[in-house]
Amino acid sequence: MGDRTTINKKKKDLRYLTSGNEACGEGAIRAGCRFYAGYPITPQNELTSYMSKRMEEERGVFIQAESEIAAISMVHGASAAGARAMTSSSSPGISLKQEGISYIAATELPCVIVNVMRGGPGLGNISPAQGDYFQATKGGGHGDYRLIVLAPSSVQEMFDLTYGAFALADKYSTPVMILADGMLGQMMEPLEFDRAIKPPDEIKKPWALTGAKGRKGKSTKSLLLGTGALEGHNIKLQKKYKEIEKKETRSEEYKTEDAEIVVCAYGSVARIARSAVDTLRKNGIKAGSLRPVSLWPFPSKPVKKLALRGAKFLVVEMSAGQMVEDVALAVQNSGQMGFYGRMGGGVPEEKEIVRRAKALNSRGKCKGEKKK
Amino acid sequence: MTDAPTHYCPGCGHGIAHRLVCEVIDELGMRENTIAVAPVGCAVLAYDYWDFDTLEAAHGRTPAVATGVKRILPEKLVFTYQGDGDLAAIGTAEIIHAGSRGEKLSVVFINNGVYGMTGGQMAPTTIIGQTTSTSQYTRRSDKEGFPIKILEMMSVLPGVVYLERTSLHSPGEVLKTKRAIKRSFETQLEGKGFSMVEVLSPCPTYWGLDPVRSMERIEKVISKEYPLGVVKPAIAV
Repeated sequence: MGDRTTINKKKKDLRYLTSGNEACGEGAIRAGCRFYAGYPITPQNELTSYMSKRMEEERGVFIQAESEIAAISMVHGASAAGARAMTSSSSPGISLKQEGISYIAATELPCVIVNVMRGGPGLGNISPAQGDYFQATKGGGHGDYRLIVLAPSSVQEMFDLTYGAFALADKYSTPVMILADGMLGQMMEPLEFDRAIKPPDEIKKPWALTGAKGRKGKSTKSLLLGTGALEGHNIKLQKKYKEIEKKETRSEEYKTEDAEIVVCAYGSVARIARSAVDTLRKNGIKAGSLRPVSLWPFPSKPVKKLALRGAKFLVVEMSAGQMVEDVALAVQNSGQMGFYGRMGGGVPEEKEIVRRAKALNSRGKCKGEKKK
Repeated sequence: MTDAPTHYCPGCGHGIAHRLVCEVIDELGMRENTIAVAPVGCAVLAYDYWDFDTLEAAHGRTPAVATGVKRILPEKLVFTYQGDGDLAAIGTAEIIHAGSRGEKLSVVFINNGVYGMTGGQMAPTTIIGQTTSTSQYTRRSDKEGFPIKILEMMSVLPGVVYLERTSLHSPGEVLKTKRAIKRSFETQLEGKGFSMVEVLSPCPTYWGLDPVRSMERIEKVISKEYPLGVVKPAIAV
């Protein structure tokens, strides 16, 4: 397999040429992650093998678990015991983790879960895709819970967002998902970070299960059978999610100040969208792009603001159309919207985005919408 | 143990087993340094009776959750307490791999041959000829297969260092169970590896027998299928 990274502690240069998967792993290590459990699955294997090496170097714990289910369960235990814990997988493996994720969210434990998406449904293929947006943002697991979902769009962001995810998870005592795709995972780009960087926060876990010293035994659980107890807990969770919505929504806009048509995309597709915007501008069309960075909470406010100003939206995803529903909810007037998607590992082409954006801009409805 | 009134059925073995675990922990002075991982099953409410730290696991994942805890807190006593479904059905992969990795954990496996919490369904440990709510024509080997012997299966794993099957059907057997649990906890604290005690336990409600006859059934019938004794001896000090 071979270690393609050049992240090397001896080098003076702050920039490293590395893959998204490995950048993600390094971001976790730098944030103080000292427990990782995972199972091999393409296209995130570089992350698992990178962690097997880095965890040993940092005297942390690396376990290649017997399954993705076992891996999330180990993260559950490690997190309850007070460690910064992470697991990673790709689409089918993330499906396996859903019960465990529901338990961790319900029990209010922090952790980071990385999904490097591939084509689905089913076994699918190993090409990049964005078909797990619903799974990540609308549940996936059972019950009323939410995951904070962050979508990197570059190797640098694979590092930055993962680095920040652990403090975020601890702040709200809730799981955070990094939703990437196979392209981001395996592409090589420069990564810049201070080699002396420490975790962004002070790691405090006063609630950790470490043995009942000088106190009564504590039970870290999510079973609440008493009359009204579970409803009360759910009300508490919802309050937390409302607070997260208020404070942790993130998005990035490009040339939207006077944009009449906004291409809305996340992850790798946002990079293609940006090129399309530049091409449209060269063609004299006032185009811009909006890139959600937090998928949950979804940046509805910026979308609504642009829609009220009269901008039209072309949503582009590597899926049958999942984020488009959240954009529609924010826009609440689908006459100003169009959608273009590729599935099963297909990647949207810039020239097709340009063509459809032009059509939407001049007509209000995307011509050739049924084409792939 | 706490003072909580029991939710277990009259004649259930959990009451005895819970108490034995607590007595051993007290004798070892480990109350403040113990984390137990509770299963899904009748014993899902075990934490109501134990005044030490406990963690809930998803069904079957108990050994994996315990692995996460023990790797982060290697000095603590970390044990799982599991039933037939949790350990021998949905959790078969997790128990074998925790043993295979030689995780320094102790497992208390309560074998009562049925799924109590959900209404007396067949378990992997249900014996041939036993009637349950999902083997209403009795367990037949050609349709429902054979009971599984986890302890014997685990004995081939080098990381698994001590395995014993005991019972609760008589005062003598109860004492043997306590000694076995203690040996398992000591094995962990000495850093030797993975150990497990399988405890044959009664379920009068779903066996359709009174508590006394349930104990007799263990002695006369169950222990023929699941022989009592050491399956893998603890490594001598």
